[in-house]
Amino acid sequence: MVRFLLNDTPVTLSTADANQTVLQFLRETKGLTGTKEGCAAGDCGACTVVLAAPTAHGTALHYTPINSCIALLSSLHRKQLICVEHLSRGSRLHPVQQALVEHHGSQCGFCTPGFVMSMFALYHAPGTVQREDVMQALSGNLCRCTGYRPIIDAALSVCAKPPTDHFYTQQPDTLRALQALHNSSGTALTEEQHNPGLQGPGLLMPTNRQELRQCIADYPDAPLVAGSTDMSLTITQQLQQYSTLISLSQMQELKFIHCTSAGIAIGAACTLDELHRLVCQHYPTLSELTERFASLPVRHQATLGGNLVNASPIGDLPPVMLALNARFIIDNGREQHSLEARAFYTGYRETALPAGFWLSHIELPLLKPDQHLAAYKVSKRFEDDISAVCAVFLVSIDKHHNITALATGFGGVAATPIAATDFEQRLPGHSMQDALALTQAKQWLASAFTPIDDVRASALYRQQLLANLWHRFVLQYQNQHHVIATRVRYHA
Amino acid sequence: MRKLTPTLANQTSTQSPLRKPAAHESAARQVAGSARYTDDIPVPANTAHAAVGLSHCSAGQIERMDLSEVRRAPGVIDVITVADIPGKTDIAPVFEGDPILADQAILFHGQPVFAVLADTPVHARQAATKGKLYITPVAPLLDVADALARHELVRPSHTMQSGDAKRHLSASTHQLEGSLNIGGQEHMYLEGQVALAIPEEEERMLIYSSSQHPSEVQKLVAQVLNISLNKVCVDMRRMGGGFGGKETQAAQWACLAAVLAWRNRCAVKLRLARGDDMQLTGKRHPFKNDYKVGFDNRGQLQASQIVVTGNCGCSPDLSDAIVDRAMFHADNAYYLGQSSVTGHRVRTNTVSNTAFRGFGGPQGMLAAEAIMDGIARRLQFDPLQVRKQNFYSEATGTQTHYGMLVTANRLPDIIEELERSSDYWERRAQLRRYNAHSPVIKKGLALTPVKFGISFTAKFLNQAGALVHVYTDGSIQVNHGGTEMGQGLHTKIAQIAAHEFGVGLEQIDITATRTDKVPNTSPTAASSGTDLNGKAVSNACRKITQRLAHFYAQSLQRADTEVRFADGKVCLDQHQIDFAELVQQAYLARVSLSATGFYKTPKIYYDREQACGRPFFYFAYGAAVSEVSIDTLTGEYTVDQVDIVHDVGHSLNPAIDTGQIEGAFIQGMGWLTTEDLRWDETGRLISMNMATYKIPAIGDTPPRFNTRLYQTPNSEDSIYHSKAVGEPPFMLAISVWCALKDAISSISDYRLDPQLDPPATPEKVLWAVMNIQARTQADADVREPAL
Repeated sequence: MVRFLLNDTPVTLSTADANQTVLQFLRETKGLTGTKEGCAAGDCGACTVVLAAPTAHGTALHYTPINSCIALLSSLHRKQLICVEHLSRGSRLHPVQQALVEHHGSQCGFCTPGFVMSMFALYHAPGTVQREDVMQALSGNLCRCTGYRPIIDAALSVCAKPPTDHFYTQQPDTLRALQALHNSSGTALTEEQHNPGLQGPGLLMPTNRQELRQCIADYPDAPLVAGSTDMSLTITQQLQQYSTLISLSQMQELKFIHCTSAGIAIGAACTLDELHRLVCQHYPTLSELTERFASLPVRHQATLGGNLVNASPIGDLPPVMLALNARFIIDNGREQHSLEARAFYTGYRETALPAGFWLSHIELPLLKPDQHLAAYKVSKRFEDDISAVCAVFLVSIDKHHNITALATGFGGVAATPIAATDFEQRLPGHSMQDALALTQAKQWLASAFTPIDDVRASALYRQQLLANLWHRFVLQYQNQHHVIATRVRYHA
Repeated sequence: MRKLTPTLANQTSTQSPLRKPAAHESAARQVAGSARYTDDIPVPANTAHAAVGLSHCSAGQIERMDLSEVRRAPGVIDVITVADIPGKTDIAPVFEGDPILADQAILFHGQPVFAVLADTPVHARQAATKGKLYITPVAPLLDVADALARHELVRPSHTMQSGDAKRHLSASTHQLEGSLNIGGQEHMYLEGQVALAIPEEEERMLIYSSSQHPSEVQKLVAQVLNISLNKVCVDMRRMGGGFGGKETQAAQWACLAAVLAWRNRCAVKLRLARGDDMQLTGKRHPFKNDYKVGFDNRGQLQASQIVVTGNCGCSPDLSDAIVDRAMFHADNAYYLGQSSVTGHRVRTNTVSNTAFRGFGGPQGMLAAEAIMDGIARRLQFDPLQVRKQNFYSEATGTQTHYGMLVTANRLPDIIEELERSSDYWERRAQLRRYNAHSPVIKKGLALTPVKFGISFTAKFLNQAGALVHVYTDGSIQVNHGGTEMGQGLHTKIAQIAAHEFGVGLEQIDITATRTDKVPNTSPTAASSGTDLNGKAVSNACRKITQRLAHFYAQSLQRADTEVRFADGKVCLDQHQIDFAELVQQAYLARVSLSATGFYKTPKIYYDREQACGRPFFYFAYGAAVSEVSIDTLTGEYTVDQVDIVHDVGHSLNPAIDTGQIEGAFIQGMGWLTTEDLRWDETGRLISMNMATYKIPAIGDTPPRFNTRLYQTPNSEDSIYHSKAVGEPPFMLAISVWCALKDAISSISDYRLDPQLDPPATPEKVLWAVMNIQARTQADADVREPAL
């Protein structure tokens, strides 16, 4: 059972069909056809809707755009679902809608509802909005007609002022309505057997470790699903139908972030958007990866744990974990174990996660003063594209510019996320200022792996990139004080 | 009608809306989510859903099909193969070759072989995967050069000639040879292909189809059902993007839905999933262009031999005309000297390629621009200098290789304005200084022109019809043969009708394009939507205004020549009357308030036997300057600034024209940069979703993007002397490709011209960089041998 507000109307839905997407619910069940299906894969943003949930203090609402085509019903639980039909009041358009009309931001109009919703979330975001924020906010919305310029102008103009719409003025009412939902479902949650989210088959929504353990015991073949941004593709693209899925969306125990002087612990169900904010603070040079990881709506759904356990060789977070020597804490509800990131990936989309266990959280060490961290992603398109190569270097360099230690992580060059262990052994002792060492290092790295040709890149290009990305790292180190341009776009 | 309704209140802002930046007529509904697309239309209660079963090999013969599991799958209602089609089974638009479902021969990977009808879309799609096809495969034709060598052509080759190119080539001071492999392009309309067929009484069929060519859908549905055209009505309110991809490619889904609806007496919807859409529908043609040119010391072309070879895929579709248009535009804006242009139409076992914004023109033009760059590097001139040297002019020549005179050439003016407004020469100097001190990042700059011929090259298509009704409250309903796919056609048409009647835009309603309102229409294509339909609508409006004028003048006992329609009023000398008031009086006096309109483009003709004539009513011109930065370590790049001046004649709607220009530019940029169609070695498309095929995203929009309209009235009598704007600006994006080459060339101090086959993905840019680095190093070694 999921309970949510559809705009301002409380809705209770059965989750007996684990496969229903939010988009299907809107278009087919509710007849709300303003939200469009462009790709059913989270790649175009035509289906973007906004979820509102109380902020940490509970005094205001936080608006997050998501792709409804790959969101399962569990994502709605205890939230307010807002779609394009809910914005205008009668014939009076919402300010973001009005801005799009005035700036000629719609042509064929099919992507437009998605843009409206992404802009609506941006309109409610705190702080002043710069062009860069607009690019981020709308990076998951494709338009084939306008070339985007009028859409950017519309967003900049409407977001220049603080929000004044009825969503803003009615926040207290919405918060009360959400609280009422919480209370009505909360009583049932106190006793495990009464938690309607555990009655299968269908979409199960355990709320704590014990319930999750029980769900896995009851449905050992049921996949665990967190943000569902990848899992949903098996439903919408490969037409699989699951009798039962176990959603981690209500597992608060998997959503913490602890920072200490020794390191950072991050719950596996933290979203990539939460991770990005953490990264900006503690590992700013990783922000390129977390900022270019899919699109903003996907980052609001997708989780750290999902990306790591998915074990895709082209995922962007596993290389980070390898280079940082992260520890993966796994759990089965009774006991927890710690695994080294480097021992986690055992084969193509295979991990060392035993049956009955899930990924609980990740422990990351903080950077030491002599450590230089860089992450590079190369893809055909800058935004919302999968890496041809992802390279992460963590290099310890002494004051004489000698490399003292080195850890790496790569995506896109092997059947698993992988570290260049040989390269890591060979390089310490060499100077970052030595041209011959650079040439040698490039050769080592270019021949470290035997990548494949695929739709994204040739094997040869991937090998050349490995060498050249190291070259870029060295140039960036050498030019810390005497800057030469080494990138067409800069991060952090 | 026994009693008339009150007339519409006279609006305060009834100034003519012509040439004003009126918002898209559907904008408010689009942003509110209430604009209805085909998939949003409420369906009858008994609606069933169709899906297609696909071939999993690229070429072969179907020996046997076992569809028993398909029939047994949950929710299945009906399964059909080509044998179940009641009428004609070939749905090709011009020449035969496009079976509605595979007819023994498999022509490409993913070809629809059977169709299934089920209670839900998911059931239909699941069932469609359960067919067992027993196919004897044959080796597929996948390589264009190979296919050409084997004379595998879908249509005969064709040559356009002017003078003796061969002789003049060898007599020229300099010669240059080159070859270019140009990638295709997926349309990626955000709304995929979809049709809804609803059987009606008297064996009629109502079709909602997301189509640029409702009349052709009507004809083909009638043919596959073996009924007459008057039994089929196609209704098309709006498409979620077309770009040429719904000119011929929408028909198959409408026809299949109609056949299933006919057999099962229920409404049928067929909407392709995105992956199927990308595999099953044609794309922009990949081309291979080869050229040999001769030129003098000033870089002026003396002779040109150009061969363009289009990969048409498995059938002719529109390829004859598309390769013709590539040939017509192989000169782009330049006098080719003594010239010959040959076009081949090669058959391969891939999906049949089709119309896409520019219709072969962009591929042809790339040859001309590659030649200009090649000459510039050879002679060490700035490429702009070489381009200017070769423009059609009295000094060079004014007759194209197909015998048409280039008159009213706007390019000299446009280039002068753009050179100044973009600060081309100062930026060129800055860029050279920047590159000299930047070892990793290199910047490039290029100014390229566009000259694009307007008219369908199939002469009969250059006609249009309209139907205009004035109702007794003064409101006006307009219908015409064009379709709205986002380009703002209905908005411009409403402006035209409002101007003719002298009323406000809010008084005009444009209804869905319907084959029972305006029959026998042409596709909305070739940038011609407004030119053709606008004239037809104004023709219909004028029939009514003439009747009203006559009636009004008669009532005042005056001559009707001086009657004016403006500001919601009808005026004759000092007399005036509210438009709606006059309409009511005219109605009571039994004056007809409805009219059809018609238009056919004058002056055009083309003798294909002689390859000579005037295929185009006029040319639309434009030019763009693009500046890029490339990363020589990875091949990544950014487009940093774009300046455009584009000729729209006397604009009907500057906002919509600007939107067409910017949108076309970005779409063209996508074609030439990140949009990378890939097939595996068996001929299966592997870039078949939005995760693997990358159209420009918002961050690809240049941070500095300046677009100016060049608004000199069209010298031809087009609708209010405006110019077509749908396709021409697409080719402004060639400036991005040339700027990337310019940046790469800077590594050789602009001595070498890099080979950069589009799409110029970062990978291709890196290879081109490394190639130029190696050749530059080799040159240096030759000049300064190591001691």
